[in-house]
Amino acid sequence: MAVHTSQSVAKAAGDNVARGRSRGAGKPPGRFRRAVSVHWYAWTMIAPVVIVIGVIIGYPLGRGIYLSMTDANERNVERSIGVNHLPATYKFVGLDNYTDALTGNQFLSTLGWTLVWTVSCVSVTFVLGLTLANMLNRRIAGRSAYRMMLILPWAVPGFVSVFAWRFLYNEDRGLLNKLLAGGGIDAVPWLNDPTWAKFAVIVVNVWLGVPFMMVALLGGLQSIPGELYEAAEMDGASAWQRFRHITMPGLRSVSSTVVLLSTIWTFNMFPVIFLLTRGGPGEATQILVTQAYKFSFEISPRDFAMSSTWGVLILILLMVFAAVYRRALRKQGEVW
Amino acid sequence: MRRGIAATALVATLALAATACGGDSGDSGEKKSSGKLSGTVTWWDTSTVGSEDKVFKKLAEGFEKKHPDVDVKYVNVPFGEAQNKFKNAAQSGSGAPDVIRAEVAWTPQFADLGYLAPLDGTTALKNEKDFLGQAAASTKYNGKTYAVPQVIDSMGLFYNEKIFKDAGVKVPRTIDELKSVSKKIKDKTGKTGLYLRGDDAYWFLSFLYGEGGDLVDAKKKTVTVDQEPGVKALKVVKDLVDSGAAKTDATDGWENMQASFKDGKAAMMINGPWAVADTFAGKEFKDKANLGITTVPAGSAGQGAPQGGHNLAVYAGSKNLDASYAFSEYMTSATSQALIAKELNLLPTRTSVYSQPDVSGNHIVGFFKPVVDKAVERPWIPETGSLFEPLKTEYTKVLTGQTTPEKGAKATGDSYRKLLKGWK
Repeated sequence: MAVHTSQSVAKAAGDNVARGRSRGAGKPPGRFRRAVSVHWYAWTMIAPVVIVIGVIIGYPLGRGIYLSMTDANERNVERSIGVNHLPATYKFVGLDNYTDALTGNQFLSTLGWTLVWTVSCVSVTFVLGLTLANMLNRRIAGRSAYRMMLILPWAVPGFVSVFAWRFLYNEDRGLLNKLLAGGGIDAVPWLNDPTWAKFAVIVVNVWLGVPFMMVALLGGLQSIPGELYEAAEMDGASAWQRFRHITMPGLRSVSSTVVLLSTIWTFNMFPVIFLLTRGGPGEATQILVTQAYKFSFEISPRDFAMSSTWGVLILILLMVFAAVYRRALRKQGEVW
Repeated sequence: MRRGIAATALVATLALAATACGGDSGDSGEKKSSGKLSGTVTWWDTSTVGSEDKVFKKLAEGFEKKHPDVDVKYVNVPFGEAQNKFKNAAQSGSGAPDVIRAEVAWTPQFADLGYLAPLDGTTALKNEKDFLGQAAASTKYNGKTYAVPQVIDSMGLFYNEKIFKDAGVKVPRTIDELKSVSKKIKDKTGKTGLYLRGDDAYWFLSFLYGEGGDLVDAKKKTVTVDQEPGVKALKVVKDLVDSGAAKTDATDGWENMQASFKDGKAAMMINGPWAVADTFAGKEFKDKANLGITTVPAGSAGQGAPQGGHNLAVYAGSKNLDASYAFSEYMTSATSQALIAKELNLLPTRTSVYSQPDVSGNHIVGFFKPVVDKAVERPWIPETGSLFEPLKTEYTKVLTGQTTPEKGAKATGDSYRKLLKGWK
C-alpha cells in the first residue's frame, strides 16, 4: 500500500529527511524509521483519520474491555459533582464477570431467545423480500408506485414506526384489536402475553427489514442476464427450475451479503425491542443488547462491569459468526 | 514549498480538532455578595403532563416575580425517565438541573451517590419543624438533610359511583369483596371491575402490605419479600387477574389504566392523589361527585398502603446554590403548598397548612390525610430506590404466567440479597 502513495513526493521528501535526520548514531535507520521517513507525507495525511478512529472506536472498545474485568458500578466509578471530585475505587477482578455470565442461566437463556429472534427475523425477512423483489421485477402496471410504497417503512425513522406499532398493538385502544373485534375475534394481548409479545416484536422487525432486503435483491435480480432465462425456457425448464437454477445462484453474492448484514443488525436490534416492550413482559423479549443496556441504565446501582462484559461477549459472538459464515461461503466458491 | 503546505494543513487540522474538544467554559452564575439573588435556576419537575405541570409551572414563575434577577428554567421530565436522566447528568457533571423533584425513594440514593447538596442550615429548610415527621424521614441520610419535602401521598381505591349504582354494588372493603363486586359489575354492565397496573411494582405494595409482608426489614437487615406473605400477595394478584376480577397489562400501564378509568370502561383502580387532577379531566368525571375514593381493599392481615411523595433536592454541582436553596424553600412554603392542595388536591407536607380553610375543606386531602398517617413507610436506605426493578420483572412474570408466585418471590429475594451485601 505504501508503495503506491504519490511516488515523486515521497521520494523527494524521503531523500531530504533521511539525510537531515542522520545525526548522532551512525547505524542505518531501522525498518520502521525508514518507513516513516520515506512515507511521512502519507502518514501525515492519514493521521487525522487514524486519530479520530482511534478516539471514537478504539478508546471506547479498550475501555469496555477493561471495565468488563473490573467490578465497576455506579457507586465506585470516578465522579465529578460540581466542585467535588470522587476518585474511582473499583478493583480489577480478572475474568470473574465472564465466569458469572457464562455459568449463570441469565446470559444463556437471553442468548437462546436472541438466536430465535435473529433466525426467525432474518429468514422471514429474506423470504418476503425475495418474493416481493421477484414480483416487482416483472413488467406490471404501476411498478414504480409499488416500489415506492414498499420502500416507505425504510424511509420512516425507526422510532416513529415502532411507536406507531405500539399504538396498533394496544390491547384496549389499538387498531389491530378493533379490526379483530369487527371480525368477531376476542382482543389479543399483543404485548401483554409472552408468546404474543415475541410474535409482535418479530412482526415489527420484519416490517422494518423487508424494504432493505427487497431493494438489495431487486438490484441482484436485475443484474442476471435475461438470455439465461430465455435459453432455459427453450430447453423446457419449468418456472421453479428457472428460479432454482438461475435466479438463486445469480443472487448468491447479493443474498449472502444481505443475510450477513441483516443477521448482525437483527442480533443487535435495540430500538424495536426497547421501544416496543422494554424486554417485557417480564424478560420474555429481552435480547442481549437490551439486557446489557438494562445493566448499565435501568437497574441501580448501575452495573457497568456486567454491562461491558455482555457487550464484549456480543462482539465475540458476532465475530465468530462472521468468520464461520465467511468460511462457509468461501467453501462454496464465493470470493468475498 | 509543497511540504510547507502539507505541514500547514496538518497543523490546521489538529488545531481545529483541539478547539472542537475544548471550549464550553460554562457560564459561572454571577453571584453577588450583596445578598440579592441572581442567576438561573433550572428545575426538573416530574409531575403529570397535562394536569399537574401547568400549576407547578405557574408557581415556579411566581419565584421570578419575587426575585426579578433570577431566571427560573422550568423543565418537565417524565417521571419514569427522571431518575435515570438525573443520574446520567450528575455523573458526567454536566446537564444536571439545579433543583430536582425527586421521588422519596430516590432521595437517599442520590445522596449516597454524592449528587445532592446537604441543606442543613440553609434557607431551604426554613421552619423545618413544621414538616410532618413521615415526610421528613426520607430526606435524611447519614445524619444530614438532603431534600425538602414537597408533597406526601399514599394510595386508595378510586371508583366510579355511577357504575357502582348501575351494578347495585357496595364499596369493597376486602379482597374477597373486591372479587365479588368485580364479578357483579362485569355481569350487570359488561365493564371491567378493577384495572391493576401490571408494569409497576409500586401498585403491588398495598397487596403485599395487606398480607402482612414487606420488601425488607431494615432493622433486622433481613430480606422479607420472599417470605410467606410475599408469596401469598403474589398469589392474590394473580388470582384477581386469572379470575377476571382485574384487568392488567405489561406495557403503557399508566396510560391504559387512566384511559379506561376516565372513559368509564373500568369501574375501579388503585391510585394516589397525583392521579386526581388527571382523572377529573376525563369525560366520566365532568361531575366530580362521580369519583369515589376509599381505602385499598384489605388482605388477610389488614389494610396497608405505601407512603410516598416527592422532595425537592438541590444538585451538589449547582452553580447557583443560594438561589436554588431559596427556590426550594419557596416551592415548599406554606403558601405554595396550600395552593397546590387547592388546585391539584395534593397533600401538603407542612402541619400548619392542614389547618388552612382551603385545605381542610378539600375532601380529597381530607380523605388521604388519615390514609397517609397510617401508611407503611419504606426503609429509607440508599438501596430503597433499587428494590423495584427486580420486583417489577418478577411481578409482571407472575401476572403473565411465566413464573409461579413461589418462584417469583424467591427470585426477587435473591436479587435483593445480591444488592444488600451481608443481609439475610
